[in-house]
Amino acid sequence: MSRPYFTETWRRRMVLALPWLWAALFFLLPLAFVVKISLAEARMSVPPYTDLLARVDGAVVGLNATLANYQLLFSDALYVKAYLSSLKIALVATAFTLLLGYPMAYAIARAPAARRTLLLVLVMLPFWTSFLVRIYAWMGLLRPTGIINTALQTLGLIDEPLAMLNTPGAVYLGIVYAYLPFMVLPLYARLEKLDPALLEAAADLGARPWRAFREVTLPLSLPGVLAGCLLVFIPVTGEFVIPDLLGGPDTLMIGKVLWNEFFSNRDWPMSAAVTVVLLIVLVAPIMLFQALQSRTEIRS
Amino acid sequence: MSSVIRIDAVTKRFGSVAAVDGVSLDIFENEFIALLGASGCGKTTLLRIVAGLEHPDTGRIFIDGKDMTGEAPYARPVNMMFQSYALFPHMTVAGNVAFGLKQDGLSGAALEERVKDALVAVEMAGLGERKPHQLSGGQRQRVALARCLAKRPRVLLLDEPMAALDKHLRERTQLELMALRARLGITFVVVTHDQSEAMAMADRVAVMDGGRILQVDTPRNIYERPANARVAGFFGDINLWSAVVGDRPGTVRVPALGFEMPTRGLLPPSGTAVSVAVRPERIAMSRAPLSGAEHAVTGTVQETVYLGTASTCFVKTQAGGTVRVLAPHADGASAFNKGETVHLSWPSTAVTVLDA
Amino acid sequence: MTPRRFSAANIVLGAGLAFLYLPLVVVMIYSFNASRLVTVWTGFSAEWYGALLADRQILDAAGNSLMVALFSATLAAILGTAAGYALARFGRFRGRTALTGVIAAPLVLPDVIAGLSLLLLFVAFEQAFTWMPGRGILTIVIAHAGFTMAYVAVIVQARLAGMARDVEEAAADLGAQPFTVFLAITLPMMRPAIAAGWLLAFVLSLDDLVIASFVSGPQSTTLPMVVYSSIRLGVSPKINALATILIVVTLALLTAAAWIGRGAFKQK
Repeated sequence: MSRPYFTETWRRRMVLALPWLWAALFFLLPLAFVVKISLAEARMSVPPYTDLLARVDGAVVGLNATLANYQLLFSDALYVKAYLSSLKIALVATAFTLLLGYPMAYAIARAPAARRTLLLVLVMLPFWTSFLVRIYAWMGLLRPTGIINTALQTLGLIDEPLAMLNTPGAVYLGIVYAYLPFMVLPLYARLEKLDPALLEAAADLGARPWRAFREVTLPLSLPGVLAGCLLVFIPVTGEFVIPDLLGGPDTLMIGKVLWNEFFSNRDWPMSAAVTVVLLIVLVAPIMLFQALQSRTEIRS
Repeated sequence: MSSVIRIDAVTKRFGSVAAVDGVSLDIFENEFIALLGASGCGKTTLLRIVAGLEHPDTGRIFIDGKDMTGEAPYARPVNMMFQSYALFPHMTVAGNVAFGLKQDGLSGAALEERVKDALVAVEMAGLGERKPHQLSGGQRQRVALARCLAKRPRVLLLDEPMAALDKHLRERTQLELMALRARLGITFVVVTHDQSEAMAMADRVAVMDGGRILQVDTPRNIYERPANARVAGFFGDINLWSAVVGDRPGTVRVPALGFEMPTRGLLPPSGTAVSVAVRPERIAMSRAPLSGAEHAVTGTVQETVYLGTASTCFVKTQAGGTVRVLAPHADGASAFNKGETVHLSWPSTAVTVLDA
Repeated sequence: MTPRRFSAANIVLGAGLAFLYLPLVVVMIYSFNASRLVTVWTGFSAEWYGALLADRQILDAAGNSLMVALFSATLAAILGTAAGYALARFGRFRGRTALTGVIAAPLVLPDVIAGLSLLLLFVAFEQAFTWMPGRGILTIVIAHAGFTMAYVAVIVQARLAGMARDVEEAAADLGAQPFTVFLAITLPMMRPAIAAGWLLAFVLSLDDLVIASFVSGPQSTTLPMVVYSSIRLGVSPKINALATILIVVTLALLTAAAWIGRGAFKQK
């Protein structure tokens, strides 16, 4: 509709102003502050960083920006290793989540219509219960005196308790567990829309089930695969709670480094620099996710 | 007759495509007009422009002589029945019908009265408290109709009103719509892609193609005197041949049939390329040579299609053209078979000469 | 083709569901364990629930969390509805891609980034205008509304995209002004989505540890913060009891929502 009502433009502007104002104030502006403070130096004061503007008697006389935080970040092996290790863990965990999530989504999409909603609810339900509680539950299962070890010992399968908690394995397990619903949901949404007649046509044309899956179902579900993987990969790269509670001292993730930098060392400018670099690392996947998001919107 | 709606040189583009391309049309008081065309011909866009749901790039819309081009849909005295019916899913049937009346400030007993009347008019009186999802397709259509009628609009716009109904229901609804219109005296504008529906219901039909109106006339005139080959082809079955105006006065030469055909009416100068059209049911076909016919074509039956009351036969002439003939199943006569030699003839009044 | 009952995919689905629920069930069972040792079952007891209800720190934190969740979910519902409505109904307006971007980004942005950046903003506000000094409930409400509004927007938009425009056009055709169309038609159509979005925002707010840790003040400890520090000290049967209550309350809330919303679903 080119110009349905004369006041249309103004009504729209008012509706749009609300989310835009909010996003500018509480999403874009904070990111600008992170960049700003990453260029400052740490200082024992309130707040614990130097002013970016050099002032004499209140008048601005120059800029105090320093790249020292970034120099340290790239010269200290700890940070670089933490970024790389985070990316590796996120990548591997995303692959595992996909491997488990895809068959689940597929099975739900192929279930009788009446049962589909129930199965989907069952997958989503844990997501609605406390994240912390779910990670905590795994701590109870995995610890040396935990249920799994106790059970295995009682059955006589092992003599010594297995070290499961505070290992990389526990971190992967925790991630797959916590992020599984984020993988299943977009996959299901995609698979459910797939017309069953396509598979029937493929079968009719002589394709065996596996081949029909590979050449029809899989290609058509790729946008869902991509959305699911990004929904898992991006937040996991910055994950703090799972490596902190389930990982050991050798599990290096950047979210944990950032947390310690901020809460233990109280070095705000350094944490800001760590955040900026993390954002730069994630900017490509985030933009990919946004592009995917706006494409699906326009299509629907 | 005064025009209720005047569509004046309206054009509407979507991107680079002109959905409606310079259309002018007068719709008169109390008439039932059908906008007929294939999907994508611009008929629904034109209807939405009249309703105010789309706004034309150029041109004007007058309703009762008043320029309404820039008016919002809620300010226009016309109402539209949507193809999907667009019933409000969260309101009851009565709530749906009352909605438009409430916008006019009606309330209380007067409102209830009008809602009841509208539901009675479409024979849905007992179902006012149902929700749309509890209704059948035919019932939903009635509610959508009642919702419009309750507003007592000057013009009722119907977008493919029968599209969602099965064939049996469609015929009944056609008759009911015509009865309603006779009773209420409202002007009806119906958009349809179904030529038999347009012919059955409408006083006048506007045939549309590519965003333009090709012809506006009564169904009978369009059927018997199509303005051009495209209208002729769209409106019922027809034989269309390319031809040249003959040397003898009043004749055209049809190469596909191999003879000169006498026609009625004025013809362009001899040698002009034209098209000639003959309806299949105007052609007589027999096994014996027709005595006394001023001209006849001889050919071989190539294919017959059994239609119940008649058969359609495709006859190949000696000159190589094909003639489509509708042969009624007369008492006692045996049907024509493939390969039979037959003789065809038709009166000169059956021939329509069109621009090439 | 009829799907086979025991296909490979169905087996994985069953195993996946067991994987999702096993830890939750274990926590719930052991919350009734009499023993202080969390993993050895010594008998049924509800004493940890008693201890939990006597813990002022936990109760205060729970109060804070509920308040934050209530306000932030409501704020998120308003903002997210506006954004979702605009994205679904305004066509291709200028700045649409940018708006989709700032709406979608918080869905995936790691919590540590959101937390730190908002904290730095609040500190700057405090310095420049003495707004929100020392931080507290309000700053957490704002931070939570910021990332949960994205979920509301996505849900509302999906719902509106699934509802044909012609219903709104029919209302305009029947004489309703734009604002009436919104109130009488669009808003009721969005209502189930707004309710679902609100509920999701509420639960996500109740659940957040990382962002709240960054932006909270000394007087505004939330429940996840207390749970986290208690977990770090070791597994406690009291936390089992709390976890059980949280699971049961969430399930009850969701069941209630589904029950209230079942009429809305039928409309389709």
